[in-house]
Amino acid sequence: MTLLYLLVFVLLCVALGYLFRVIELARGLKGGKEWVPTENDNRMMGRMFLVFMFVFIAWSLYQIYQYGYRSLPKSASEHGVKVDELMKYNMYIIWFVFIVTNFVLFYFAWKYYGRKDSKAVFFAHDNKLEMLWTVVPALVLAFIIIFGLKYWNEIMDRSNDPKAIKIELYSKQFDWTARYAGADNAFGMDDYMQIDGSNSMGLDTTDSKCYDDIIVKNEIHIPIGREISFQFRSRDVIHSAFMPHFRAQMNCVPGQVTKFKFKPTVTTEEMRKDPQVIRNMNEINAIRAKKGEDPFIFDYVVICNKICGASHYNMQMKIIVESEKDYKAWLAKQPAFKKDKIALKD
Amino acid sequence: MGNSHDHKVGVEHGHDIHHAHAHDDHHEESFVSKYVFSMDHKTISRQFLVTAVIMAVIAMVMSVIFRMQLAWPGEKFAFINALLGDKWGKDGVLDPNMYLALVTIHGTIMVFFVLTGGLSGTFSNLLIPYQIGARDMASGFLNMLSYWFFFLSSTIMIGSLFIEDGPASAGWTIYPPLSALPESIPGSKLGMTLWLISMSLFIVSSLLGGLNYIVTIINLRTKGMKMTRMPLTIWAFLITAILGVLSFPVLLSCALLLIFDRSMGTSFYLSDIYIGGRAMDQVGGSPILFEHLFWFLGHPEVYIVLLPALGITSEIIATNSRKPIFGYRAMIGSMLAIGFLSFIVWGHHMYMTGMNPFLGSVFVFTTLLIAIPSAVKAFNYITTLWKGNIQHTPAMMFSIGLVSSFVTGGVTGIILADSTLDITVHDTYFVVAHFHIVMGLSAIFGMFAGVYHWFPKMFLRMMNKKLGYLHFWITFIGAYGVFFPMHFLGMSGVPRRYYTNSNFPLFDHLGDINELVSVFAIIAALGQIIFLINFFYSMFKGQKAPQNPWNSNTLEWTTPAAQHIHGNWPGALPEVHRWAYDYSKPGSDVDFIPQTVPLAADEHDGGGH
Repeated sequence: MTLLYLLVFVLLCVALGYLFRVIELARGLKGGKEWVPTENDNRMMGRMFLVFMFVFIAWSLYQIYQYGYRSLPKSASEHGVKVDELMKYNMYIIWFVFIVTNFVLFYFAWKYYGRKDSKAVFFAHDNKLEMLWTVVPALVLAFIIIFGLKYWNEIMDRSNDPKAIKIELYSKQFDWTARYAGADNAFGMDDYMQIDGSNSMGLDTTDSKCYDDIIVKNEIHIPIGREISFQFRSRDVIHSAFMPHFRAQMNCVPGQVTKFKFKPTVTTEEMRKDPQVIRNMNEINAIRAKKGEDPFIFDYVVICNKICGASHYNMQMKIIVESEKDYKAWLAKQPAFKKDKIALKD
Repeated sequence: MGNSHDHKVGVEHGHDIHHAHAHDDHHEESFVSKYVFSMDHKTISRQFLVTAVIMAVIAMVMSVIFRMQLAWPGEKFAFINALLGDKWGKDGVLDPNMYLALVTIHGTIMVFFVLTGGLSGTFSNLLIPYQIGARDMASGFLNMLSYWFFFLSSTIMIGSLFIEDGPASAGWTIYPPLSALPESIPGSKLGMTLWLISMSLFIVSSLLGGLNYIVTIINLRTKGMKMTRMPLTIWAFLITAILGVLSFPVLLSCALLLIFDRSMGTSFYLSDIYIGGRAMDQVGGSPILFEHLFWFLGHPEVYIVLLPALGITSEIIATNSRKPIFGYRAMIGSMLAIGFLSFIVWGHHMYMTGMNPFLGSVFVFTTLLIAIPSAVKAFNYITTLWKGNIQHTPAMMFSIGLVSSFVTGGVTGIILADSTLDITVHDTYFVVAHFHIVMGLSAIFGMFAGVYHWFPKMFLRMMNKKLGYLHFWITFIGAYGVFFPMHFLGMSGVPRRYYTNSNFPLFDHLGDINELVSVFAIIAALGQIIFLINFFYSMFKGQKAPQNPWNSNTLEWTTPAAQHIHGNWPGALPEVHRWAYDYSKPGSDVDFIPQTVPLAADEHDGGGH
């Protein structure tokens, strides 16, 4: 790190030295109009804009090649495939606009640099041109809006699939707790006043529906191909349950219940065999090996995506997608909230 | 003689009579009334600028500190220890709470103090009276108050950096309950109280300024300065001021309710909370209410930041292309459209709050509509360059940079505005990249452009062109180097406001992108030293400015070059006969015709032939 400091310091000195020299040079010119760009200046800066344009566009495209494979792997949920597809088409549009507009802008900045004897063309307005770049963006946006809203309505559809598995994600500083609805497939009520050591989610112990609810920490398991209907609650501040691989995200807001549902389509095991995931895992493990850290095996996660305090950066839980059979076997091993009381209820 | 004439003009335009007295030669002002509690728009403008420059430097150093942490997490930097001491930078490693505090205050200072107070405060104050041909603002006193509220508010914000528990650290958007509960984060103790006090004073400053700008523009235009002859800068400042006056009071009420929740036990934003080992009494409130109120200001705020920069750019691009701005009326129309739409899009910050999805759909629609007037503006700028005779002054280059960043950052807005796509990138680095490029860079570039261009009117001297070039290239390249790669972090799912991305292994391989970003950030930050040297050096030692250094048409260049006078013009106020954009007009020998030159018999105004 001292090296970096040294580098910064040297750069600083070089910059300062250069500056003062330039100032002195400029001083020598005093009497002339230093501030007016000469034709040479205009040509030089025009050329620099042109060079910048090519380098900038090339570099931005190179980053797709360099970093593109690191973006989220294929979607692990049904709706996520559509989100990705929409993203792809939108990306084509914005890359096209980005490149063409920047190209034209910097090209003009070079092409029409100020020459001594030339005069600009007086061109104050043109209704046809202005109509063109009002209507064309409007048409493109119409498509973007129509498809965006179509998918949005599908994803956010609030009608319930009766066969959906209900899971509640409960957030607090700084961890996640999950609750499965249990045998009756219904959540018991909650009451934050009842939170204590043995009832960390604040379930209402007078509501018999909560007795068979299953509370788990550290990881949740979900079966492939079944709709998972998540609901979210928070104990203290706003958190956000971000499940990037499923293209799912929802804030957890104290005092209210929010919802998001998706259908997982790729098991954890399958995702670990995805070429893009393997490539990234290898890259991560090479880095970790150098630092002497344990190797990393890919897992789905839910991470916090709303600033929530000092350990916001480390609020995560594993999600495991597996076959229905494995899921059932795992769930059967998890204890119910009040086992003893279930018997009483019956 | 001059005085009696002035008198007449002043009365004619409903102007305060006392200005005429200011011209009395024997009237001497004390240092305090001239430089400290000044009511002169030019002095107030300079006060805003210098304050904003200092605030910007502080915010920039903060960004360098947290960028070092993000690129080299856990590394020990003597630099960090030296600045933050053992408490926040023990052994040179940044404390996680301080990280959040730095991110918060960096955002607050940049958005409010530099790009709202600094940008509007400097250029609205300087240019409104100058470019509409007025002796001063409608109320010099309110204008002075506006600055001193801003100063006080800045002082409190900076002061909050030095208290025991550290400054506010709930993010610049200060969402409760995090900002409401002192148990949740140390920054929500005294630091947040100071933040709220500071922002309340800031809002007062902004409203006093904004009302003054609106009244001045509407009432004090000189003879012949029709609305349709105003330079686009003035249109931009007018629309900005209207947005501010309509939206800042909402932020004040938003903050006020938070103050109540924090100190009086009300529950506007709080409900069902268990923290610090106890269940709180407050029930029935909703943090989402805060978000609605906050973003009702917060989104217009984006345009409060952006429009002045676009106005400045319009003026500079036309002047230095030696061409009329293309589509003057379309430019005004698109600014009005952007201003109007900015009030009905705030919900796009809240797609993931659990807000009714149908409401989300409405905001998708309104938000994407903004792309249309924005596209019109961008293409009009580019067409203004077409077949121009472009004078590459540093101001012009920053303006071209603005158009580039406006487009580059604007297009990613299409992704974020689309609620479906927002699910994946909401609150990730994609957002950080987007708003820094479209709002941060564009507005800062606009501000730099304005400083280089109007420095001669502010300090009567010229800035050094070569240093300007150097500063431009370092800033421009550095800025894209910082923010472009961030898109890729976002596409990889990296959330923003993470103290480190390597606490769990998922993002371990993205370290090199973070290092790249931080190196560019450090270079760009060092590049600003060039600007500071040029700025302060030129202020005292720069070449003396001539009357009209850029051969520009607008009225400010008809004021005396050698000195600032109270009242702006020594004799009568200038009379305006044409729009501001008669550059390279056919039939004229020179390539500019100032607004004060009467129309020839066969000449049409406003770019008609």
